[in-house]
Amino acid sequence: MTGPRTLYDKIWDDHVVRRGDDGTDLVWIDRHLIHEVTSPQAFEGLRVAGRRLRRPDLTLAVPDHNVPTTARDLPNPDPQSALQLEMLTRNCAAFGVELITMNEAAQGIVHVIGPEQGFTLPGVTLVCGDSHTATHGAFGALAFGIGTSEVEHVFATQTLQLKRARTMRVTVTGTLGFSISAKDVALAICGRLGAGGGTGHVIEYAGPVIEALSMEGRMTVCNMAIEAGARAGLIAPDAKTFAYVAGRPRAPQAAALDAALAYWRTLPSDAGAVFDAEITIDGSAIAPLVTWGTSPEDVVPITGVVPEPGAFADPSKQAAAAASLAYMGLTPGDRLDGVQVENIFIGSCTNSRIEDLRAAAAVAKGRHVAAHVRQALVVPGSGLVKRQAEAEGLDRIFIDAGFDWREPGCSMCLGMNPDKVPAGERCASTSNRNFVGRQGPGARTHLLSPAMAAAAAVTGRLTDVRELMA
Amino acid sequence: MQPFHTLSGVAVPFGASNVDTDVIIPARFLKTITRAGLGAHAFATLREDPANIFDAPRNTGAPILIAGDNFGCGSSREHAPWALADMGFRVVIAPSFADIFAGNAFKNGMLLVALPQDQIDRLLMVAADHEITVDLENQVVTTPFQDRFAFAVDPFRKDCLLHGRDEIALTEARGTDITAFEARLRPWVGGAARTAA
Ligand code: SF4
Repeated sequence: MTGPRTLYDKIWDDHVVRRGDDGTDLVWIDRHLIHEVTSPQAFEGLRVAGRRLRRPDLTLAVPDHNVPTTARDLPNPDPQSALQLEMLTRNCAAFGVELITMNEAAQGIVHVIGPEQGFTLPGVTLVCGDSHTATHGAFGALAFGIGTSEVEHVFATQTLQLKRARTMRVTVTGTLGFSISAKDVALAICGRLGAGGGTGHVIEYAGPVIEALSMEGRMTVCNMAIEAGARAGLIAPDAKTFAYVAGRPRAPQAAALDAALAYWRTLPSDAGAVFDAEITIDGSAIAPLVTWGTSPEDVVPITGVVPEPGAFADPSKQAAAAASLAYMGLTPGDRLDGVQVENIFIGSCTNSRIEDLRAAAAVAKGRHVAAHVRQALVVPGSGLVKRQAEAEGLDRIFIDAGFDWREPGCSMCLGMNPDKVPAGERCASTSNRNFVGRQGPGARTHLLSPAMAAAAAVTGRLTDVRELMA
Repeated sequence: MQPFHTLSGVAVPFGASNVDTDVIIPARFLKTITRAGLGAHAFATLREDPANIFDAPRNTGAPILIAGDNFGCGSSREHAPWALADMGFRVVIAPSFADIFAGNAFKNGMLLVALPQDQIDRLLMVAADHEITVDLENQVVTTPFQDRFAFAVDPFRKDCLLHGRDEIALTEARGTDITAFEARLRPWVGGAARTAA
């Protein structure tokens, strides 16, 4: 390909093993992360076909979705979860895959540990049987979620048969206001594009707001690319990226690092590269956002009200909005500010990194979780995040404020372990999905930022954190 | 993979939009270690209603599902197509599909047919009382009336479905290309994880 290229084009072109004549290319995969939920059937497939893993040295396993966030020394209370976790251990041993076990400090949510370990690098192709794999795009890696058949395909061949996606650039201009975080940016993008707006595209996030974000914030933004329908999100690697990566346990070192840096600096989209779609969002206008419905596109500023379903142009959206409101127990015109919540979840691959915990702790400090709040969980993204937070005294702030300080894992993001939201109750959650039943059957999820979740915890209501902290 | 040519049968006129993978198979049923048996839990939340469309006697075991746009959005869980397949579905017809779901469905021998909303509306009406036919070879959906709705399908996927090809075996046939590529890997790519001694 000649002429100016996008970051996506460059990574793609560098990984094509064989170009197909029908538009499907055979693409090399540099990094494969696996966890306990989407891997057992892939290992089963290998076993049935008598195949081996082609590149175990590019494959890293960690349990996260099912792990308990309390008392890890006790037997797992759920026999099915225990079996899935046990199968991961057995399969990794049988096929020679490195496993970070539940009791190591390095364990955590797969999308937190990849970058933390330096497994995630700029310019690589990275896959995982999990749709939030786009998180790793924050490093300028082409990272996307795959299904279990594809997991098996990567196991066996270290490649995938893929069609090139269309490209979209989302430029966020201006500067973020007081208490506005990367999560608000991610939600603003979902609201603007809609849950299907990015379908068929890979999004490159750009502009001054994105450049100003820390690596943690960039991961939060890329994490939710899938919530706008895009399979992958990308951010051009820069000095911040390189500083984060250098010195990580699995990152290249010394001369190899210099060679890698020289290559990584060539990756950003060329001036004049053309995207199939361009969207611009005014970052200065973003307010703290919360969701009112059961799709991540259902966002409204905390100062706003629940919309009238009839106000949507699309009739199918009208019906969906009406169903969402019935499920959520909300009425059009209700103010979001002041809606009572009984559960708080600070965690998930969207918002469980050190910066997220700092933002929540800054709000929790010297305050107390409201009396009617049933549970307020803080679940660090990894054992290393937990350790760092404890070194900074954040655990004491949370515990003194009446939060539960837990062991790392996916936890209440999807409620596969005992951390669930009871039916009919609300949860102010820093996770990424507010789907029907996501946090437990009948659970009502409001997505928001870590600072907003902490504000909801201490007031027991959805609250404008800007007022609380003013 | 089982070959797919032409299929005629009952089509469940579901019609809902933005059906996400948590609706298709809630997370609490993902704790399986094999592919089979998920059909019993497919659409679990909707099926709590005794009058739900899926358990209507005419619809149980139906091979075709008709849905609204953005079908299969949400997670990458392949449990979604496994659950649909275990219920008996081999074809889903909708205005659009989420990307990952589409890939997963195809890999399990399921045909996804994208048609414009007005044709979907017509099929939803017809399917309430009549069988419909999906012909992959000729890329057309027909009804017992005069309807003939042509659909697009990726040539690679069409070929795999028609012949029931195993994608991994197809890729393995490119082994020389893969080995050649591997020899040129950037030096820092390999050795990121420990391998068994
Ligand atoms: S934290 Fe939630 S979204 Fe992230 S990987 Fe775990 S279950 Fe998936």
